[in-house]
Amino acid sequence: MRFLGRSRRAAERAPQPPEPPAAPAGPPPALVIDALGRKCPIPIIMLAERIREVPVGEIVAVLADDVAARTDVPAWCRMKSQEFVREEALQQGWAFHIRRSY
Amino acid sequence: MGSDVRTAETAPSERVYLDAASGEPPHPAARAALLDALDSGWADPARLYGAARSSRMLLDRARAQVASVLGVRPDEVSFTASGTQAVHLAVLGALRARRRTGRHLVVSAVEHSSVLHAAESHEADGGEVTVVGVDRHGRVDPDEFAAALRPDTALACLQSANHEVGTVQPVAEAAAACRAAGVPLMVDAAQSVGRVDVPGGWSLLAASAHKWGGPPGVGVLVVRKGTRWRSPLPQDERERRRVPGFENVPGAVAAAAALTAVRAEMSAEAPRLSELIGRIRDRVPRTIEDVQVVGDPERRLPHLVTFSCLYVPGEALLTELDRLGFAVSSGSSCTADTLRPSHVLEAMGVITHGNVRVSLPRGARAADVDRFLQVLPDAVARLRRAAGASVE
Repeated sequence: MRFLGRSRRAAERAPQPPEPPAAPAGPPPALVIDALGRKCPIPIIMLAERIREVPVGEIVAVLADDVAARTDVPAWCRMKSQEFVREEALQQGWAFHIRRSY
Repeated sequence: MGSDVRTAETAPSERVYLDAASGEPPHPAARAALLDALDSGWADPARLYGAARSSRMLLDRARAQVASVLGVRPDEVSFTASGTQAVHLAVLGALRARRRTGRHLVVSAVEHSSVLHAAESHEADGGEVTVVGVDRHGRVDPDEFAAALRPDTALACLQSANHEVGTVQPVAEAAAACRAAGVPLMVDAAQSVGRVDVPGGWSLLAASAHKWGGPPGVGVLVVRKGTRWRSPLPQDERERRRVPGFENVPGAVAAAAALTAVRAEMSAEAPRLSELIGRIRDRVPRTIEDVQVVGDPERRLPHLVTFSCLYVPGEALLTELDRLGFAVSSGSSCTADTLRPSHVLEAMGVITHGNVRVSLPRGARAADVDRFLQVLPDAVARLRRAAGASVE
């Protein structure tokens, strides 16, 4: 089990994300949004504003290192009926791949 | 300005408290009982002179009152220094007593932090913990909970209802499964006691007086007859060796008075508050775009609702609502001392930002809820404009 609580100290103690998979699966993103260093909800706002820049069916990647994004990006996709493709661990933070579905 | 009415509305005297899940304002019965017991219940209830006897009688009566509301025997009830202490004692004491059976503990993913921190300390001590997940409504699947029980399971913990989203958990089903497996069930009933009756069948229960209008610094630990329990703390004679330290007799008396009073009011008050919560659940998604009301729409606490507004920082929304005269709470991160989002919202897989928890205290007025619903859409719109402007 891994309950870190919500304190600043617990967040600092948080283990690093697991090693990225050897070969990233799926097509490359058509657009990469760099939200590293930005707190939620900023990564979600950037995603919502810019997803229409890619054609329907293409992939947008959001780079973020606020741990809340790991919950918020897939939850946003469900709410907005966009397709959450996958999460990729980066050296710092994660890349979230989303396919524009409409 | 023409804002006389508005000024009156936002004046401090008109502040509306909608955060009962953090702490219910003291019930008038608690206040009267506390003042009375400060004078009559200060002496050491363990001694043999007159003033001590009167303290002991007050404490025993308080215990009997709490036992009666919870449907248990008085000698199964102990008063603790807080709800958190009751949880810690219940979890660690049950684990300790069943050490020879095994060191496996089952908890749900959405338990209060006091349960999860106790589980964490059990794990650090060499124990094993299984965390049972929840669905999108934050509800534990009773079959999944039952499947987590093993021959070496020493204890299982399930909250009566979730403190952040109000979802009521399948306690009766979990208790039946635990009984069949010979595993004691600990129920954290902090959010339910005084609001709704908790189903029976469990072995240990923890609750907190300030959640039902009693004073702070009083918790309740119930250990049912036949449940093995051994204090995880150094020996102490107080509270049948279950809780160390000099008893807070005035606090216990006030807690019992408040509980008796709210239980008597419950059959009228719970449906009234539930209707107001239904109003919020219904109106918020209709008047604000991109909002998700979270938690089970049917199997929920009567007085609590949580919703998340996309693209709004939760902290900013709380500050804005406070400015408008409404005290509410949030499970969002980015508050001063928090970097992680709520583990409850995380476990449910729902939006963690822009989160607002409204929990109605006893006597909450319909007019105040309506006014809250009236000011909320503009507040959210303002913050969305501000947040959008900060993105280049």
